Amino acid sequence: MTEQKTGSFSIIGSYKTKKTIEKIAQVVFTICAFFAVLAVFSITLYMIMNGTPALHKIGLTDILFGSEWAPTASDPKFGILYIILTSILGTAMAILLGVPIGVMTAVFLAEVAPKRLAAIVKPAVELLAGIPSVIYGLLGILILNPLMYKWELAVFKGSETHQFTGGANLLSAVLVLAIMILPTVINISESALRSVPDHLKAASLAMGASKIQTIFKVILPTAKSGIITAVVLGVGRAIGEAMAITLVSGSSVNFPLPFNSVRFLTTAIVAEMGYAAGEHRQVLFTIGLVLFAFIMLINIALTRILKKGACERE
Amino acid sequence: MKKTIAALLTGIMMLGLTACGSEPAANDAGQAAATPDAATKAPAATAETTPADANATQSGDAADELSGTITMSGSTSMEKFANALAEAFNQAHPNVTITPEFTGSSAGIEAVLAGTVDIGNSSRNLKDEEKTSGAEENIVAIDGIAVVVDPANAVTGLTKQQLSDVYTGTVKNWKDVGGADQPIVVVGREAGSGTRGAFEEILGIEEKCAYSNELDSTGAVVAKVASTPGAIGYISLDVLDDKVKAVALEGVEPTVETIKDGSYFLSRPFVMATKGAIADQSPLVQSLFEYLKSEEGKALVESVGLISVD
Repeated sequence: MTEQKTGSFSIIGSYKTKKTIEKIAQVVFTICAFFAVLAVFSITLYMIMNGTPALHKIGLTDILFGSEWAPTASDPKFGILYIILTSILGTAMAILLGVPIGVMTAVFLAEVAPKRLAAIVKPAVELLAGIPSVIYGLLGILILNPLMYKWELAVFKGSETHQFTGGANLLSAVLVLAIMILPTVINISESALRSVPDHLKAASLAMGASKIQTIFKVILPTAKSGIITAVVLGVGRAIGEAMAITLVSGSSVNFPLPFNSVRFLTTAIVAEMGYAAGEHRQVLFTIGLVLFAFIMLINIALTRILKKGACERE
Repeated sequence: MKKTIAALLTGIMMLGLTACGSEPAANDAGQAAATPDAATKAPAATAETTPADANATQSGDAADELSGTITMSGSTSMEKFANALAEAFNQAHPNVTITPEFTGSSAGIEAVLAGTVDIGNSSRNLKDEEKTSGAEENIVAIDGIAVVVDPANAVTGLTKQQLSDVYTGTVKNWKDVGGADQPIVVVGREAGSGTRGAFEEILGIEEKCAYSNELDSTGAVVAKVASTPGAIGYISLDVLDDKVKAVALEGVEPTVETIKDGSYFLSRPFVMATKGAIADQSPLVQSLFEYLKSEEGKALVESVGLISVD
């Protein structure tokens, strides 16, 4: 081969430039990948560094199992038991409410729905996923709270002991959370249902099972791990939500009874970060650490389920 | 052709990465850009303070002779105000730093009397024994709080006792304080809020309040009270509007006038106490008080939601 004219093709030259570009690209990708790792590591480190001093100073049991929250009192109390219970109970109730609705919707979309109806429901669900959480909160204030207050007035009519909250209570927060987890539950359950092999369905129908029997006895059990994934992700979304529920839950620290004004782990941080100082601020970071621990547990559970599901399929 | 595009793309990506990395630096530059703005203000402010400073030369940049540190400590409620003042005064006089500490009103006055700080911040009037020990009560601003109810509420006035009873949960129905048979929804601010601190302190009901809603902003309190029948809340006077109804306390309507003449009780002075009269203080401290009396100082007082004093 002789000298190449510019613009003509050389296998060797092209190979070299290609190789450099490949290498540069690889480096760029690696750097990008490390950003995520770096973020996770620094967040974990930061949360532990900032969340633990208060645990040492005030005591683990005093914080986690104390029921009195009076951070600015002359003898401050930093018990977050009710706050933890509220987060757990509120999330559980939202899941109990949201998951059946979500899974049924997924069944409807994947199995039952006539095409034209599915063409309305599906975009609506996707739109629901895109609505910012603060909008849920605002609608909660405008619509949910007044309705809830009417209900509260009816339930506690003439009560001398109940503290009226104006509808800002656990139930309002649970309703908002239940709606917010719907898109997650629906979308993931639907794809799980769609991935159920057709031959199972066909076999069931051929054996004489009705459509409903096939759905409940064959399709749902087969899609179990996918649906559990949906539930776990729903839990994650619900427990981490702050903006929407801070507007509707009343934000007083109380035992999580349906009509009590309550404070969640997330809203406890949001509500008081602005003016908190000293130990108070440190305890807010500890609440963040508790929340972080919850999210980590949920993620570990999720990985386990996904692995188990993969094993079962094999 | 493709090569160049690929190379360009990689270049752009790299640029993107470095740009992300240098973001804080860009912010710094933004802040730096903001300071010359402050520096241009400085000469004007200096001109005002020069008469107090006999040695001051009038020539250009050297005119700003003020330099040093003013130490103050005291009321935690005054944190927002003191920090804003420190920042604004530092912008007017770049060589002066104010170091505010927040230890509580009494501790602040003790510190100024002991001579460990230049100014003792107090969010209450000075006691007689503090005055006789030499503390000078310089009221620099007034903090006023309005008690608000939803516009449909028939109650127009409350006594101090009634207000305390409502907030401590002893009274749970409006009919007990002269209103309709309607439950009271007690709305307040989150722990740590200055408004909440002042409200509870003036009524003497610290740590005894039973809130059903603890909201984290004044706006949220207004919105909640406006939309909930039977709700009661408290807000800083300067954000009072006609979405909610302000209640007269002990028969006195909350206005700037009634707060200034002291007839409306839900207010408190912000005092910057000095040891001895202002005229006996260092030129630095004197110039700070002059700054507070200037239009700029009054604007600062109002910008943090307080009432300025004449």
